[in-house]
Amino acid sequence: MSIYENVFTQLQVHPTTPEKGLGGEIVDRERVGKPILSYWLGFIGNAQIGPLYLGTLGVASLISGTVALLIIGFNMLASVHWDVIQFLRQFPWLALEPPKPEYGIRAFPPLAEGGWWLMAGFFLTMSMLLWWARVYRRAVALGLSTHMAWAFASAIWLYLVLGFIQPLLMGHFSEAPPFGIFPHLDWTAAFSLRYGNLYYDPFHMLSIAFLYGAALLFAMHGATILSVGRYGGEREVEQMLYRGTAAERAALFWRWTMGYNATMESIHRWGWWCAVLCPLTGGIGILLSGTVVDNWYLWAVQHNIAPSYPHVFPAILDPAASGAPQ
Amino acid sequence: MKTVGLLLGGTAAALLATALILTPGWNFSKVHTTQTGYRGTSTGELSTAESVRLLKAANALPDAIDPAEAGGKRATDVYKNVKVLTDLTEGQFNRVMLGLGAWVGGEQGCNYCHNPENLADDSLYTKRVSRTMLQMTRHINKDWQAHVLTTGVTCYTCHRGQPVPKGVWYKDAPPKAGGAAATSHDLGHPNRVNGFTAMNTDPFSGILDGKDAIRIQSTQALPTSFGPTMFATEKTYSLMMAISGGLGVNCTYCHNSRDFFSWPESSPLRVNAWQGINLVRDLNANFLKPLQAEWPANRLGPTGDGPKLYCATCHQGAPKPLLGAQLAKDWSELGGVAATK
Repeated sequence: MSIYENVFTQLQVHPTTPEKGLGGEIVDRERVGKPILSYWLGFIGNAQIGPLYLGTLGVASLISGTVALLIIGFNMLASVHWDVIQFLRQFPWLALEPPKPEYGIRAFPPLAEGGWWLMAGFFLTMSMLLWWARVYRRAVALGLSTHMAWAFASAIWLYLVLGFIQPLLMGHFSEAPPFGIFPHLDWTAAFSLRYGNLYYDPFHMLSIAFLYGAALLFAMHGATILSVGRYGGEREVEQMLYRGTAAERAALFWRWTMGYNATMESIHRWGWWCAVLCPLTGGIGILLSGTVVDNWYLWAVQHNIAPSYPHVFPAILDPAASGAPQ
Repeated sequence: MKTVGLLLGGTAAALLATALILTPGWNFSKVHTTQTGYRGTSTGELSTAESVRLLKAANALPDAIDPAEAGGKRATDVYKNVKVLTDLTEGQFNRVMLGLGAWVGGEQGCNYCHNPENLADDSLYTKRVSRTMLQMTRHINKDWQAHVLTTGVTCYTCHRGQPVPKGVWYKDAPPKAGGAAATSHDLGHPNRVNGFTAMNTDPFSGILDGKDAIRIQSTQALPTSFGPTMFATEKTYSLMMAISGGLGVNCTYCHNSRDFFSWPESSPLRVNAWQGINLVRDLNANFLKPLQAEWPANRLGPTGDGPKLYCATCHQGAPKPLLGAQLAKDWSELGGVAATK
């Protein structure tokens, strides 16, 4: 039975002809690609690739996303004067910056002064919203509930708060993050500095709690299901009503170790809410920074959240208080 | 097919693992922490035996030059065209010239500044610049004890035997295509100054050669108006990285990282650093900027400005320049304050 104690999928389905799945006139028309079976991909998921449901929303989303990526990429390439070698070397550092503060929330600043950034942001946002609609409609088409769309919406909320809503409320698109790998990370650290340490933002605290919570729950749940895989535990829901099944053993494990257990259904609600609340609360924390609170550390001192440490240094005062400002 | 795939996958994994292991720049020597602040606040300095050895090697002191004999004629009576060191005796004057030759002249020695045919000749720009530099050195030792204390500076503090000190800066001209291509300003390129981040490659312009504000954190919990921008924040952040790199210290050498702005929670060293920033501003505005017309083309930056100072120019990676060696106490000629009071 040790075959189940493996990082790779142990059971692969290789039908003589790939499965067509649910069909119908529209579905058949919109699906593209001749399905193939891959032994290697079968190690980490289903061995069958395709057909893909592309559809109008999917095509529009991909086009928008491609436009955004091209705008970002070519401006990055221009920022190293079209030097491909430097583009590759500096790629993680290269940036497409938002407009300077003097342009406020102007919708059409000069292209070289943030216009490209706004355009890239517009197309990236369109791409995400179109993909969201696609997720929603494919779920409905398959007769599913729309949990996936709403979870995705939570991530889009955080993205929009950072890149659009908070800057809009501040009256300056210059406050939004740049595009780029390290640039947006440096921006994040700078944002925390600007608003007096984001660790003292209670919504940031909540967001981190949900982030770690989601990771912990997923680790617990994944481990539980894998560990009862030898009894067919991956057939979670169909087993939950019956005694003596893998599902009952899984439940008993947690009841024995913690005294309480989630059910095969509720564990997924826990995971879903932790994951969804992470960007949701994080977005609120960003939305309040600069608009409602200017220095989270001082806010936390006022509300008795920040601890005080004994002073070990000799007392000093701001030297600029008596002299030239700095 | 499966074997080939396995081989390819295995090779890729091995290469990736090798890259992951070899690229982070591991430190194999034991890291020593010197705690400076209250426990738990991470106010401490890190060092290894190797970093201490490198720092010592990089801050070797120059050979001492014997003091001038007391008395004698005034330099102005012996030499023509003496304009700055007018208060020195001939012996003191010659001693300064010996020092300059050793500390600044590089391989050319005296001839880096002087026309050997006529030492009084002012035709070399280096000689004209060195007058300003001598005035600057005296100014630092006399008027900036708030920063240099009585340790003071000599030419060697920055020059270290070279005509141009390490760690001077110019206004940056980042590579950029023209036309409608986006201006990333000086963001998005790693360099030594910004600590290899994607923040400003030139965090100095306007701040160290002007009076642009550095502070970006609010001193009140709630906002009153639109404060410093994120661009200003990143510039300050990058400037702080430059200070950190220039001094070879962490942020927590001066700051408590939970509230960078707070003076009561900062180390007193932050006051010294504040004085240092003002010192640099003074020197750039009043000594380096007036030299603009003197520089030949090969001493100008990409946008045509002359060299300017920042912390690293003197400190060169050490918390105290030359690890705190008191060179200036033997150089009253340069305004140094004698050791014992």
